[in-house]
Amino acid sequence: MPDPTRRPLSPHLSVYRPEITSVLSILHRLSGLFLALGMVALAAFLGAAAAGQAAFAVATSALGSLIGCAFLVAVSVAFFYHLANGVRHLCWDAGFGFEMANVRRSGWFVVGLTAALTVVFWLGVAAQ
Amino acid sequence: MSLRPPLARARGHGSAHEGAHHWWMQRVTAVALALLGAWFAWSVPCLVGADHGEFVAWMARPVNSVLLVLLVGSGFYHGWLGIRVVVEDYVPARGPRTVTLAVCAGIAWLAAAGAGLAVLRAGYGGV
Repeated sequence: MPDPTRRPLSPHLSVYRPEITSVLSILHRLSGLFLALGMVALAAFLGAAAAGQAAFAVATSALGSLIGCAFLVAVSVAFFYHLANGVRHLCWDAGFGFEMANVRRSGWFVVGLTAALTVVFWLGVAAQ
Repeated sequence: MSLRPPLARARGHGSAHEGAHHWWMQRVTAVALALLGAWFAWSVPCLVGADHGEFVAWMARPVNSVLLVLLVGSGFYHGWLGIRVVVEDYVPARGPRTVTLAVCAGIAWLAAAGAGLAVLRAGYGGV
């Protein structure tokens, strides 16, 4: 919709210093969008497996390529982050952890948990 | 003067008493996905390096089939709810917004239906 008065638009993102709260908030959105892409990839992979051996070979070699591996690492980071931060959101929905000190603390905890879960996951993959 | 009732004009353009349902289903699917996602992340390392036969056999096991269908179904539902909010936030013009939402919904339905069929085919031994 055109804005004839050309008022400045809230929330003036450029005047704020990035903080753990705001950065994690937008990362929740971005990781969610990226996971939607991961869901399409999962659906395609299951479809390839059902389509037969040839399609499965194409799918596994695509995921095994450098780009495929980078995509899988990115999906795993996005998944564990969205999972951990999603539980943080559910805690807020239940009314817990609204004090600013706790919001920042749980934010850094989510960052650490994401890193830990991602590392454990790929160690599990490497162990196979 | 329009003969359409106010509720019909409001539907699809913002608040028409649908917000709480959207919000609630996002939470319900979030809890389901936390459990299903944890199961899937736990299963993946064991599947690395599996050949076609082994992977299809894994898909075909009843517990895995059921959980995979639920994962795909709730995953695309949750993803659709989230994408809808993002598109409504960042695509202000009504035409492009409607088209973007329709394309995203179409992709989600196609991928979910395809994945569901794939799991069923594996389960019924059609692969």
